[in-house]
Amino acid sequence: MVLDHPTLKLDHLDTLWFQIAGTLCNLRCNHCFISCSPDNYALGMMTFDQFLPYLQEAAQLGVKEFYFTGGEPFANPDLLKILAATLQVGPATALTNATLFRSQVVKELASMRDASIYSLELRVSMDGFSPETNDPIRGPGTFKRIMRGIKLLLDGGFLPIITAMRSWPIEQDEAQLAEFKTSLAEIGYRYPRIKLLPSLKIGQEARRDHGYSERDYITKTMMVGFDSSQLICSNSRIVSARGVHVCPILVDQPDSLLGKRLSSAKQAFELRYQACMTCYQYGALCSNASSAAVNFERTTISRSRPR
Amino acid sequence: MSPKPHNSQRIAFFGGVYSNYLALEALLEDARARGVQRLYCLGDLGAFGPLPDRACDILRETGIRVIQGNYDNSIGNGLVDCQCGYTDPRDNNFAKLSYDYTFRNTSTENKNWMRKLPSEIRIQIGSYRVLLCHGSPRKMNEFLWETTTSNAFLNWLFEKYDIDIIVGTHTGLHWRREPSPGKHFINCGAIGRPPNDGQTTVVYTVINADNDGNDGSACRLEVDFVRLTYDYERLAAEMVSVGLPEEFIETIRTGWWTTCNEILPAKERARGIY
Repeated sequence: MVLDHPTLKLDHLDTLWFQIAGTLCNLRCNHCFISCSPDNYALGMMTFDQFLPYLQEAAQLGVKEFYFTGGEPFANPDLLKILAATLQVGPATALTNATLFRSQVVKELASMRDASIYSLELRVSMDGFSPETNDPIRGPGTFKRIMRGIKLLLDGGFLPIITAMRSWPIEQDEAQLAEFKTSLAEIGYRYPRIKLLPSLKIGQEARRDHGYSERDYITKTMMVGFDSSQLICSNSRIVSARGVHVCPILVDQPDSLLGKRLSSAKQAFELRYQACMTCYQYGALCSNASSAAVNFERTTISRSRPR
Repeated sequence: MSPKPHNSQRIAFFGGVYSNYLALEALLEDARARGVQRLYCLGDLGAFGPLPDRACDILRETGIRVIQGNYDNSIGNGLVDCQCGYTDPRDNNFAKLSYDYTFRNTSTENKNWMRKLPSEIRIQIGSYRVLLCHGSPRKMNEFLWETTTSNAFLNWLFEKYDIDIIVGTHTGLHWRREPSPGKHFINCGAIGRPPNDGQTTVVYTVINADNDGNDGSACRLEVDFVRLTYDYERLAAEMVSVGLPEEFIETIRTGWWTTCNEILPAKERARGIY
């Protein structure tokens, strides 16, 4: 089947991601979209010395925000130094499974947060709001460890954003959340920040649930009247130990590598992956809500009502 | 009232009116007392408060120049929501209540007026080239929060738009920064609800530019965030009488944001109590 894939150029590099822990993680979740694990060395950890030139180049290019992912970023021994340097330049968000926190680490995080004019966000991922729903995906005992990590962050004055892949039908959101909010209130998180994410049907998740269908591609026709700023590759890039890739979701695809430097990774990208559909459907999925700017054109064209 | 410096300009900026016509009336009086020569409104006229036509009517009668905010774009074009981008179900519920009330109670004439408002205005203040916008120069509903907007990004905006000062609103929280010498970003705040700090007063901005000397050098710039007192109890009573949610009224009476907190970055969120 021949498909007319559209291409998308980088409008401005607003957001720079770092695959700071590569594909290395202390957990082995069976839904991980790039199949990270303790022994997946496909992408290695980034050292501070590898990271620093990109931070400096990002400041020259006018980057607005920085995100850190993996793998598990806190498995990277250089992470605290990396975050402290970042917070001199701009806001930082680290995506974490929260199972590696110790009180000393949280203390250091709080200290760099307080020394910066920018926000340090810690985004804790889980896959269910009880051991029964989370642990079959993340591993035995992980729910308890995550809750312990959240408690440490709360004690350090952080308000972590808790993200969860929706592993249940959307109609059950309220019921799933109600009980969890009670558990969080018990550890002192009275008004929790929770972000529910749809599942990305790639990597381990394609095997766990099901993959995309053959027709799940973006076509040129679909881009007509669509606000392309909703697609992460219009405003972001991600750096790994190998170089600069087009987006966090495709970081393990060989042709996602665009260049060695940020300035050489600005070229347009062909939206030929099924995973691009998730971005098309759900918009700024990977970003924090504070960075959202919803799609004017789409709202105007298809959702308007009579005046 | 302090005396106006010789050969100077005194200009006021405000946004996020959110139907708070009582604060708008108080602002006009306060600005007059301060010797303000010109006023600019940076949009988001409706939402949250009661009787949305009243603020629109005041703005139209006084001839104040107004920029379109995302709320005005939505109401003016008959869209289904305010384009704030909430994903949290509770936030969305309150945003919908507020939007539907505002849409129902805004006259067709005011909707037509909102639809035609400009999305930016460029002015000169002394030696400074100033761009007025709602969210950011590039997108009406872009949030530029104090703690998630890097200096590098602001400098990029100044260069791209060839400008010295950017004034915006949209987030409802006032802040300012000079990321490089002579370049200023100012969020002028909102007069529709307090800035989530436990006070009942609201915020607008007065810029004083002392153009003394006229030798081509950059003029002296003073930026004041004015805490504006108004009859918030009357506003709260009117919100009760038109059936607006108790959560909104609590914000007016206590100064703490009770809804739509999802979009706040970590530091801004930590300053509130919810």
